[in-house]
Amino acid sequence: MEILVCIKRVPDPAENEIEINRDGTDIERDDLVYSVNEWDNYAVEEAIQIRDKVGGSVTVVSVGDEEAEEVLRREMAMGADKGILLSDDAFEGSDGKGIAKILKAEVDKGKYDLILTGAQADDGAGQVGGMLAAMLDWAYASLVNIIEVIDDRKIKVGREIAGGNQEMNEIDLPCVLSIQTGINEPRYVGIRGIRKVASMEIPVHGAGDIDIDPASVGESGARMKRLDYFVPELGDGAEILEGSTDEIIDKLVELLKAKGGIK
Amino acid sequence: MARQIFVYVIHKDGVVDDTAFEMISAARKLDPGAGVTAVVAGAGERLDAVCNDVASTYTEVWKIDHDALEHINAEVLREPLVRILPTGGIVLVPHEHFGMDLAPGLSIKLDAAYLPDAVDFDGIEDGNLKAVREEHSGQVSTHVSCDITAGAVITVRPGSFKADESKNAKGTVIDKSAEAIEGDLPAGNRRFIEIVEAEVGDVDITKSDILVSVGRGIEDEENMEIIFDLAEAMGGDVSCSRPIVDAKWLEKSRQVGTSGQTVKPKVYLALGISGTFQHLGGIKGAPFMIAVNKNPKAPIFQMADVGVVDDILDFIPELTEKINEIKG
Ligand SMILES: Cc1cc2nc3c(=O)[nH]c(=O)nc-3n(C[C@H](O)[C@H](O)[C@H](O)COP(=O)(O)OP(=O)(O)OC[C@H]3O[C@@H](n4cnc5c(N)ncnc54)[C@H](O)[C@@H]3O)c2cc1C
Ligand SMILES: Nc1ncnc2c1ncn2[C@@H]1O[C@H](COP(=O)(O)O)[C@@H](O)[C@H]1O
Repeated sequence: MEILVCIKRVPDPAENEIEINRDGTDIERDDLVYSVNEWDNYAVEEAIQIRDKVGGSVTVVSVGDEEAEEVLRREMAMGADKGILLSDDAFEGSDGKGIAKILKAEVDKGKYDLILTGAQADDGAGQVGGMLAAMLDWAYASLVNIIEVIDDRKIKVGREIAGGNQEMNEIDLPCVLSIQTGINEPRYVGIRGIRKVASMEIPVHGAGDIDIDPASVGESGARMKRLDYFVPELGDGAEILEGSTDEIIDKLVELLKAKGGIK
Repeated sequence: MARQIFVYVIHKDGVVDDTAFEMISAARKLDPGAGVTAVVAGAGERLDAVCNDVASTYTEVWKIDHDALEHINAEVLREPLVRILPTGGIVLVPHEHFGMDLAPGLSIKLDAAYLPDAVDFDGIEDGNLKAVREEHSGQVSTHVSCDITAGAVITVRPGSFKADESKNAKGTVIDKSAEAIEGDLPAGNRRFIEIVEAEVGDVDITKSDILVSVGRGIEDEENMEIIFDLAEAMGGDVSCSRPIVDAKWLEKSRQVGTSGQTVKPKVYLALGISGTFQHLGGIKGAPFMIAVNKNPKAPIFQMADVGVVDDILDFIPELTEKINEIKG
């Protein structure tokens, strides 16, 4: 099975506290630690496991600047066979639809049976996979946390729905699936693994290479634009307990007793 | 001509989802002058009951009734929707598991703009809708501008608009089935097999009065002990956020949230939990909430009654010790 996994480089939620820059035009990017989007890492692990079971290959692809190469390489160290970077000044400022268009143009150049995306990325949209599928006229299922290959024409997938229940579907290939966390246990990637793939070539494709009209993507093609960042004022918020740890604990214990929090 | 807004209604087992009554408030905030139509799809007798309930809030309800929609599947439903929705219309869909399945592809097929997970609207100017979204797990908010002149599909976050409970619309139900489904609905390239119910765990957190809930801030599996010690001292149960289940440190039945359990305790401790809407969406009944988080700007502090800014790995053992001390 030829599998393509779409991955995005994002600020690592476990390593950063996200703050807004002084004029509210962006988040504060100095000293941010980046990593591959958590959901995408599960998608790559799943692709590798499928390939190891039924054969084929795993390609990871990212739309981004040259820094995105780092996450492509990390996922190659995990076991992806190939990486492709889609990068062009014309891609900058793309909205979700723009990203999906760029990915579709690359998909049209290759031959894939299965495309995996993450369920969502850092901006919480959860849009690229469903759009890509509709542009390709391929079947789509979101929030997938079980994949079983039936044969080379169809697979069985489990979608996570409310309450931890699962909707089982049979789906024809080729298709696009968005992957939910917890579907597997992504393997650990050490420095040694990264070194092993350090010299592997990662082709960079621009608008011309994938035959895409630069005006249809990037800022000029975007119907959704971010205007600013801000911190909302939501009601009163919590009463933050101050003082020494002992004082805070005494106060907290009082509150817990009063509210029935100690049995 | 007044703008027309369509609301896609989620329902299950003949019961209308709460979001249906929130979406009408969202539509009114989006454009107070717009006409609002509910779109309800499904199969059989129960669908009529659903439509009637929806018509108590919406003046116009479009019904799409077909056997193939018994177990609704976004892939099958998209085509009928594209047939009946006018170009240039605005479509609101709840941002939950079904909406996330349907909406992105629908926006492509309608050639409409897409605005995901809106939490508020702030007016329309020159065909541009201003909306509020969140990014980075709710740590920051953004204003976005969405060009809706050629129509838009917008997913709206559940719980972000107040439900309209007035129930006095006396709306009309219009059967759109024939127009939506000419001839038959092919099974398509994605077919329903079954629903697999979640496994039941050793504790039922939906019945607990006191929940000590742990998130990614616990950092390591071996640290989980301090959470169980605290829960034992308090006489409560341990629950968690999703990453703890993903790491297999606790079973799925202990996960609180939209894809886990809905809990209604009296006291809820959120320890090393950032407070995303998917987590908070599982907490009902306004419990007394205490958050401990080392990041003073964590969104959980907006929701909690009382907050402590500290490292849970240091703070929790001390709290446990104190509680055990006074209990003797
Ligand atoms: C469709 C869908 C459904 C989902 N359903 C659910 C669901 O049902 N339930 C759920 O919980 N999530 C759900 N999620 C995931 C959700 O989006 C978040 O990823 C998740 O809630 C984050 O969990 P967390 O707060 O534990 O981790 P994080 O967001 O990583 O937050 C960790 C917090 O711990 C703090 N911290 C770190 N170290 C320490 C320390 N030593 N001491 C004190 N504080 C510390 C950090 O400041 C941070 O605020 C869902 C996601 C999707 C896409
Ligand atoms: N710049 C990008 N490059 C490659 N894939 C992306 C990019 N942005 C989003 N995706 C994919 O789309 C998924 C959902 O992201 P989003 O729709 O932005 O929430 C991600 O998990 C990725 O798989």
